[in-house]
Amino acid sequence: MAEAAAAPAKPAKTTSGRPDSLHLLLNNSLATAGLVIFALIVLAALAAPLLPLPDPDATAPANRLLRPLAEGHLLGTDALGRDILSRLIWGTRVSLAVGISATLIAAFFGSLIGLVAGYAGGRVDTLLMRGIDMVMAFPYILLALAIVAVLGPGLLNALYAIAVVNIPFFARNIRGIALGLSRREFVDAARLSGKSNTQILFVEVLPNVLPVIIITMSTTIGWMILETAGLSFLGLGAQPPQADLGSMLGDGRKILFTAPHVSIIPGTMIFALVMSINLLGDGVRDVLDPRLKSGALTRPVARTAVMRQIVPEDIRPDRNAVLDVRGLKTEFHFGGEVYKAVGGVDMAIGQGECLGIVGESGSGKSVSAMSIMGLVPTPPGRITGGVALLDGEDLFAATDERIRHLRGSAVSHVFQDPLSTLHPLFTVGDQLIEAIQAHQPLPKAQAREKAASLLKVVRIPNPAERLKSYPHELSGGMRQRVCIAMALANDAKIIIADEPTTALDVTVQAQVLSLLDALRKEHNAGILFITHDFGVVSAICDRVAVMYAGQFVETGTTDDILSSPAHPYTAKLIDCVPVLGQPERRLDAIGGRPPVVNRLPIGCAFAERCPRAQDDCRAAPIPVTELGEGRTVRCVHPLTGEAADA
Amino acid sequence: MHEGVLLQIERAERVFGGGRTLFGQPKPAVHAVQDVTIDVRKGETLGVVGESGCGKSTLARMIVGLDAPTGGRILFDGRDLVAEAGRDLRRLAREVQYVFQDPVASLNPRKTIRTILEAPLIHLLHLGKGQREARLEELMDAVNLAPEFLDRYPHEFSGGQAQRIGVARALAANPKLIVLDEPVSALDVSVQAQVLNILDGLKDRFGLTYVFISHDLSVVESVSDRVAVMYFGRIVEVGPGRSVFRSPRHPYTHLLLNSAPAPGRKSLVSEDADTELPDPYNPPPGCAFYARCPRRTDMCNSRMPSLESVPGEEGHAAACFHPHGGT
Repeated sequence: MAEAAAAPAKPAKTTSGRPDSLHLLLNNSLATAGLVIFALIVLAALAAPLLPLPDPDATAPANRLLRPLAEGHLLGTDALGRDILSRLIWGTRVSLAVGISATLIAAFFGSLIGLVAGYAGGRVDTLLMRGIDMVMAFPYILLALAIVAVLGPGLLNALYAIAVVNIPFFARNIRGIALGLSRREFVDAARLSGKSNTQILFVEVLPNVLPVIIITMSTTIGWMILETAGLSFLGLGAQPPQADLGSMLGDGRKILFTAPHVSIIPGTMIFALVMSINLLGDGVRDVLDPRLKSGALTRPVARTAVMRQIVPEDIRPDRNAVLDVRGLKTEFHFGGEVYKAVGGVDMAIGQGECLGIVGESGSGKSVSAMSIMGLVPTPPGRITGGVALLDGEDLFAATDERIRHLRGSAVSHVFQDPLSTLHPLFTVGDQLIEAIQAHQPLPKAQAREKAASLLKVVRIPNPAERLKSYPHELSGGMRQRVCIAMALANDAKIIIADEPTTALDVTVQAQVLSLLDALRKEHNAGILFITHDFGVVSAICDRVAVMYAGQFVETGTTDDILSSPAHPYTAKLIDCVPVLGQPERRLDAIGGRPPVVNRLPIGCAFAERCPRAQDDCRAAPIPVTELGEGRTVRCVHPLTGEAADA
Repeated sequence: MHEGVLLQIERAERVFGGGRTLFGQPKPAVHAVQDVTIDVRKGETLGVVGESGCGKSTLARMIVGLDAPTGGRILFDGRDLVAEAGRDLRRLAREVQYVFQDPVASLNPRKTIRTILEAPLIHLLHLGKGQREARLEELMDAVNLAPEFLDRYPHEFSGGQAQRIGVARALAANPKLIVLDEPVSALDVSVQAQVLNILDGLKDRFGLTYVFISHDLSVVESVSDRVAVMYFGRIVEVGPGRSVFRSPRHPYTHLLLNSAPAPGRKSLVSEDADTELPDPYNPPPGCAFYARCPRRTDMCNSRMPSLESVPGEEGHAAACFHPHGGT
């Protein structure tokens, strides 16, 4: 699924199908509101010398404590008769300047410490980070007070104090990222290219850390302004008569009840400023953070949306098939683009039969399999056509409740990576019991017995003991056996196995394959087996479907397809794999690349790479031709000569 | 030193962990690579096969100087360059280069291909601007990519193209030896053949020597002149590709060959489920394959078999007390 979802996303980037960062930010209405308010405040503050404002420090005792909207003083005056509007704008200017410069200083030193600690590791890391820990162990306001106490009150000293107090925040954030990046392969590659440590740190690692630095800055700047205000409020920041939001608040404190506007106005300004910065900062983080960018913010629904234009009615189900899929179409909608991942797939699996789907990454084989039980994430995926009949029941028309009942019982899945499908915090016994109890009302003791017997079925030695193991205590092969046991827990009729052995070593792969082969005969379960390896197909599959650009291009029995492939793509795919025992064999690479599924040609999708392609291949959609019993090919110029010989 | 030997690995060993804690307790240690001795001759391809955790990648990283052996020596052209690499990697990097398994992860996502390929030309070869331009064109041509790709970013490339850029970067410094660590296992089968064919062509064109590491037996068989099979940090069998694959001596090699799926091969020979690697923190005193071996006897569990050459077959050796007979 991951591969299929990633494949269509790639071309989107180059063709600007995906909106750029600014558009994404503007899509977020809260962030936009923050941006507008912040921009207005910054503009006003920047324009302070140009605006027709009275001198903010000029006192006029005769006009003291005028209420807002008084003549000549829009926001009134304070206890010394100074114009509050003028002081507010000049004060905002100071607060902003202090907050931003403190952020920049903290970001610079904090990031530097974090980068060096993360990259160097070992003793340097320990030394630097323990130092940072010590700074963090003091209450921040106490530390800031101590620094100001040593340096003496004043705006500049307050700025230093706030910067120092916030360095640990940056250092810890950046160190984590730098640590991960420094172990990446491109850093090793740079080292082998002859770059020195300093060059690697600043030329290779830093550009990759920069977004995180910006995110951290955008979320801390509001906090810094608050802290500046706090210090000034205590009289340790801006010194009279200079205006700054914190000191204005401090001045108003004593007359809060007689003239509330003197403190409420700067308070509101602080609130608006910090709030707008935080909203904007959150928006910036959502746009820049790669983890959120990859779609973690979209919540897929429990089941793939079914939007069939025509619901086929008079389909006579194949009597021999447990699972019968006709004309399955699945699409992904990204922005304005439609990616036709699966474009009309027919397949039937009988009892105890194993059908293999073979194809390159991005060919749509996983999406086809996931569509059957509605496991393709929506958004962006949707099923736009076809039926999937399980014992004659249309799965795409079934209720959500029914699908939930069938998932894990009649139809179960085995995925590629057992480490990520098993929950790391529960024992395999707990997980197996949960799988059993989800579908069968058994008391815990009986379920445990059944779980142990399932582990025995998948040939795990000492099953009662193994139930108590956590996934990380088992080897890769054992974990995959547990996943298979889970798939068998509720008498599955169909097991959908998506590259179940790709992550395993060859000797373990052989074990798992022969286990699956034996189990399907014992339990009479059909297997839909997805793989890219013809060797694996030979070991387990009765029939094979070769998939290319969302369609089956050839189907037939494994022996027929391997001995006499009819579609040129199948033939090429077999020829390009080295075969054990034939080292002299010349490998025949397939030139070109698979088509992008949002711009499929009208005719044959393989024509661009096909040596046999002629004009009629590109003219119209290629129909499926029956070549014999259970043998089809989607090609107008198939390799029939070889087929006839065989 | 023998004639024509480019790289000599003598009893190389790499231990992870070990030492003592602050309170004097010994820390557990893992022998990732143990007692590996092997020569690589000029112009050949040495294939190294093994399953995950057998130490093949650690061996590769030691050859290129990204990791230092904790015991033994690695000599390149007679000089102990790897010991030097601890101080300055550049000298070794001019002679030995590395191709990574994951082609996309080995390219910095924020650099253009030009910047990535220029780095070894600037830092290792100290070429001027004009020379660099000519060399870049030559490199892109060597890996069969259009020169206009130079100004693109890594995410714009498919896996196969990215791996060809990885190969071009390794070539840039004009090395004599390239270590390829699973260079095709992250690629689709159709692309795998492209990269293998390009690697084959480059070897002749630039007179290169390869150390080719892979878990895929069929790929190793198709590219290698000689093959070393690793298990649990040691070489258990080594020899010319033909003899190792046609008449494997070590029971582990036998098992590997019989487990490998191949088109047309119906049933795979498989062992019982109770077969796992020994605990690396508590290695067995004898042969590491003892627990899985169908030919084991008591002596296998008490003594470590050493690599003994197979009588009648030049250069073929296996570390087993009860090897399979020749065919």
